[in-house]
Amino acid sequence: MTLPANQAAVEIAGLNKWYGDFHVLRDIDLTVARGERIVICGPSGSGKSTLLRCINRLEDWQLGRVAVDGIELTDDRRRILAVRRDVGMVFQQFNLFPHLTVLENCTLAPIWVRGMPKRDAEALARGYLGRVKISEQADKYPARLSGGQQQRVAIARALCMNPSIMLFDEPTSALDPEMVKEVLDTMIELAKDGITMLVVSHEMGFARQVADRVIFMDGGQILESGAPKSFFDHPQHERARAFLRQILH
Amino acid sequence: MSATGDDLRNDRPRSGVKRLPSTVLRSALAWPRQNLFSSPLNAALTLGCIALVVLAVPPLIRFFLLDAVWSGTDREACVKPLASGACWPFVRAWFSYFVYGFYPPDQRWRVDIFLAALAFGIGWLAWLEAPRRGFGAVYFFVVLPLVSFVLLHGAAPIGLPVVPTALWGGILVTMVVATVGIVVSLPLGTLLALARRSEIPLVRWIAVAFVEFVRGVPLITVLFMASVMLPLFVPERYAPDKLIRALVGVALFASAYMAEVVRGGLAAIPAGQYRAARSLGLSYWGMMGLVILPQALRVTLPNIVSIFIGLFKDTTLVFVVGIFDFLGTVEAARGDPKWAAPTTTVTGYAFAAAFYFVCCYGMSRYGHGMERRLVGSQGAGRRPL
Repeated sequence: MTLPANQAAVEIAGLNKWYGDFHVLRDIDLTVARGERIVICGPSGSGKSTLLRCINRLEDWQLGRVAVDGIELTDDRRRILAVRRDVGMVFQQFNLFPHLTVLENCTLAPIWVRGMPKRDAEALARGYLGRVKISEQADKYPARLSGGQQQRVAIARALCMNPSIMLFDEPTSALDPEMVKEVLDTMIELAKDGITMLVVSHEMGFARQVADRVIFMDGGQILESGAPKSFFDHPQHERARAFLRQILH
Repeated sequence: MSATGDDLRNDRPRSGVKRLPSTVLRSALAWPRQNLFSSPLNAALTLGCIALVVLAVPPLIRFFLLDAVWSGTDREACVKPLASGACWPFVRAWFSYFVYGFYPPDQRWRVDIFLAALAFGIGWLAWLEAPRRGFGAVYFFVVLPLVSFVLLHGAAPIGLPVVPTALWGGILVTMVVATVGIVVSLPLGTLLALARRSEIPLVRWIAVAFVEFVRGVPLITVLFMASVMLPLFVPERYAPDKLIRALVGVALFASAYMAEVVRGGLAAIPAGQYRAARSLGLSYWGMMGLVILPQALRVTLPNIVSIFIGLFKDTTLVFVVGIFDFLGTVEAARGDPKWAAPTTTVTGYAFAAAFYFVCCYGMSRYGHGMERRLVGSQGAGRRPL
């Protein structure tokens, strides 16, 4: 798949979504460039996670269009699967498969989705488990691991599909404080590789260090979008200022 | 960690030699005091239970073992000494009928092979460390049913005389009905459970209608309808065999119950598991087969085993449509005038009860063992993620 270098990784236009009467996403327009690292923040219930889940079509929507790597997401199942193969996702609750070992968690998709021989998939998985510094746990079941370790396995599992885009849905929110750093360090390492990242997070230190752009959402809308420095130092919107006051204290 | 373990192991014999008697005695008394006589009510219950056991068990042992008649060729043996014990020679005389029914004696080796092949298949699947369990499943769910049908029913071209199912009986029929019920109900019930959660309305409605209809009707009615009403609509010539009709009835009945149990298991899997599987690009069947069902069936295992146990006992109901399963053969044999004695009927039923108990208790124990093992293999179990 050779794509023009200037093509956007994600293109969202006029996206609207309702849960019954609740208007969860309002007129979202967002273009993510290849290799761009975006941190999305905002109060809970503002639609951040929903927006992220629209990008790999874990949620559908009523109005608007989403294209990933030039593939327009429709009801066509083949397109949806093609996008999901190319978009990795990491969840707040890790969502490792508890009945499989760490290694099996990582090789499942390469074997069954990519059709990779088991031996190759295991070599690939051990490589990524090494990168997230968790090789020695490969044969354990997830329940035996700490939260931070589980989340690093979840990152390795997503990377095993060699995605060009990674989505992180509050990856550190469910972690004990002392484990947040090990996960953030893993993500910072990842950012150095130039992979496109969209991260829903309130880790402002991470945003300052890694993000090319910070997006602030509230009430289902994107209220601000800009470089981390200008967002943190001179937030334009009153609600953004209120939000920053709350999380920085 | 290992150092402490060694210390403990070295420590035990030395101090144990001196302390052992008093410790054992104290703990031997402490356990009943804590567990059996902790309160007046508990003590009363304990004494009541002991009284029940004392009242019930010795007469049973006397009847079935001590006073029982063990040899003889007809009723004389069981009547003569004003017999007050079980009449075991009756069971011995009718034993082959209990196993084979009226299956022709010179063809009974076929049944023996079937029962051995069945036992082999169960062993292969039940033994969790067995090699090639994947092939074991194929053997049990595909090869065994096909081969068994040819073997038991017969096929003229390969020189096996056809034995009409009307001649089948006894443990053979019980095993055939139970195995077909189990082999069909697990996959069919799983499919029905998935259909009931489907996003396609028509699929969902069909599954709901089937499950609710079957669960709303007693099994005995299903069997009567299959054997009495079907011939009214279909010419006898085209109507399927009586045993097959009963098999279909039992299998569909068990599937409906299995569907509800599996559905409960599916509901217990958190939405995050579905999301994670989907986000990796797995298709619906990949997600279900690799991620969701393995967990859901694990959660459901105790209930699946109880359905199997219920199904195994429900096979006796085929008797009402004139099929002589194991209990049916006992029922028929106890009327034999050659063995007419006051204790014949009780002996026959006791034998039947023992057979069903051994089979069902075996399933139950296996289910428990499996549960413990699955919890163990996942370490701390499923911590609330």
